[in-house]
Amino acid sequence: MMQEHTSFLLVVLPLIFAPITAVLPRGRLPWLATLIVTLTCAVLAGMQLLAVIDGGVISYELGGWAPPWGIEYRIDALNAFMALIVAVIAVITLPYALLSVEKEIPEHQTPLFYSAFLLCLTGLLGITQTGDIFNLFVFLEISSLSSYALISTGRKRQAQTSAYQYLVMGTIGATFFLIGVGLIYSVTGTLNMMDLAARLPEVADQRTTHTGFAFIMIGFALKLAMFPLHLWLPNAYTYAPSVITVFLAATATKVAVYVMLRVLFTVFPADFVSATPTDELFILSGLAGILITSVYAAYQTNVKRLLAYSSVAQIGYMVLGIGLASTLSVTASIVHLFNHALMKGALFMAVGAIIYRIGGCHIDEIRGLGRHMPWTFGAIVIGGLSLIGVPGTAGFISKWYLVVAALEQQMWLVVAVILAGSLIAVVYVGKVLEALYFKSPADDMPAVKEAPLLLLVPTWALVLANVYFGLDTDFSVGMAGRAVEALGVSAK
Amino acid sequence: MDFIIGHYNYWVAIILMMAGFYTIISRGNLVKKIVGLNIFQVSVFLLYISLGTVHGGVAPIIAEGVERYSNPLPHVLILTAIVVGVATTALGLALVVRIKESYGTIEEDEIHDRDHSL
Repeated sequence: MMQEHTSFLLVVLPLIFAPITAVLPRGRLPWLATLIVTLTCAVLAGMQLLAVIDGGVISYELGGWAPPWGIEYRIDALNAFMALIVAVIAVITLPYALLSVEKEIPEHQTPLFYSAFLLCLTGLLGITQTGDIFNLFVFLEISSLSSYALISTGRKRQAQTSAYQYLVMGTIGATFFLIGVGLIYSVTGTLNMMDLAARLPEVADQRTTHTGFAFIMIGFALKLAMFPLHLWLPNAYTYAPSVITVFLAATATKVAVYVMLRVLFTVFPADFVSATPTDELFILSGLAGILITSVYAAYQTNVKRLLAYSSVAQIGYMVLGIGLASTLSVTASIVHLFNHALMKGALFMAVGAIIYRIGGCHIDEIRGLGRHMPWTFGAIVIGGLSLIGVPGTAGFISKWYLVVAALEQQMWLVVAVILAGSLIAVVYVGKVLEALYFKSPADDMPAVKEAPLLLLVPTWALVLANVYFGLDTDFSVGMAGRAVEALGVSAK
Repeated sequence: MDFIIGHYNYWVAIILMMAGFYTIISRGNLVKKIVGLNIFQVSVFLLYISLGTVHGGVAPIIAEGVERYSNPLPHVLILTAIVVGVATTALGLALVVRIKESYGTIEEDEIHDRDHSL
């Protein structure tokens, strides 16, 4: 019975527990409840992945209404993989959250904080599960609204302005998506993704379809911080509480990439997409994003903001993979999505540990800190190497696949930009490492202790995952391959 | 002429959409931005409701002697979107209150000055 309802439980469990958590007494109880719910979700997501790993598809009809009239949850290898990433990252984030949240969030707000966290999880998992495009909009707004609230709980007052900025831009993005869905509905009369895929070829040459497609693309480009629509991201990531930065950086933009893949490859017919300049625009945006935001990252003096700009650059790699639109490049995109969740998760956690100890992460504040916090420093070293793409780390694998995919289409410029992006990553990662280890600490700096174990263990879990998935790619590349099969990317 | 009059609710939607969008971009006052956002969203609601109309159709309530009904689905969708819009507005205004408390102003350029004059 459980097996059958897995996909629904994944969404409904955190949704039910969100209001319950909000009314729990202060203290550690809300955290414990959240931990249990996310653990359950991760187990369910794992079970779900096992059920569809051989190319099967689970179709769950909400309330027993048959699709396309009712809402359908349609799970294939890609959805299940995404849900697992989101749930597992949430599980790894939570042990870290306990101390970090106690330090950064006023105690009376913690129940509400965890409640919003669960709502955000509901939204993100919902996006991965649903097979109905309007339902997707609703989950998108659930996750967005809760993340605006979560970001605004940051300690500095800039957290509020950046949450506001994100709210305005995020709502514009979501509303654009809504317009697009409306226009598509007006020509097809359906909202179910599979049904849309079946009906769209008939109306592919209508102008309404094109307009709807453009609105959906722009809307989600805003959500996934695709260059040049990334302006909300650096501020939001910089001023959000450490835990939220970790969680959002590792999941929210990734889920938006998933929606992009789904819309481009499953919902809209391949010849429709290739008749529009979508691929070219994606490649252009990816290339510009990699180069420009990497350079921006190199000029930042706040480590969190530096990593946030680097996130936009890394999104550029995924966008590039989507734009090249071959089986191999989309595989590279999905692998990079997975690996980037690991590396940025690890790096933001390590920076969060520094903030936990010294209360800031400006490049001048952290001088010489590597000697006092060797384990945190070690995590930043390995995470940084993975970000650069050094062989033996996860970051190498995805960039390798992307380079091979570009070579396959003989796009030399793309190859050059990917490599240049890695070189600039050397600069900005080097800048952080230099400050941490090679610069002498300020004279008046008090002795700093290593971060507590509860922060280090989750950080190192992700760091070791970076190394593991850099050496053994069976799971990451294998899953991405199956996901691409499920997407039905036509070979180019 | 027929084209203009026949589609007048779409024209209204487009005008509202642009007015709202322009307000978001051009105004520095955070509350005015939220108002613009609201107008922008409402225009999309109008667009959806217009899409549901069927020529000669009546309100989708079963009645004797009526064979044409308007499509109720877009209306239902918009109910959901209205709820989302209300939540967004509430959250946005709540953030404005917090910003006013910590900055003492809700003008974008003054906030910018206060963050950078430190």
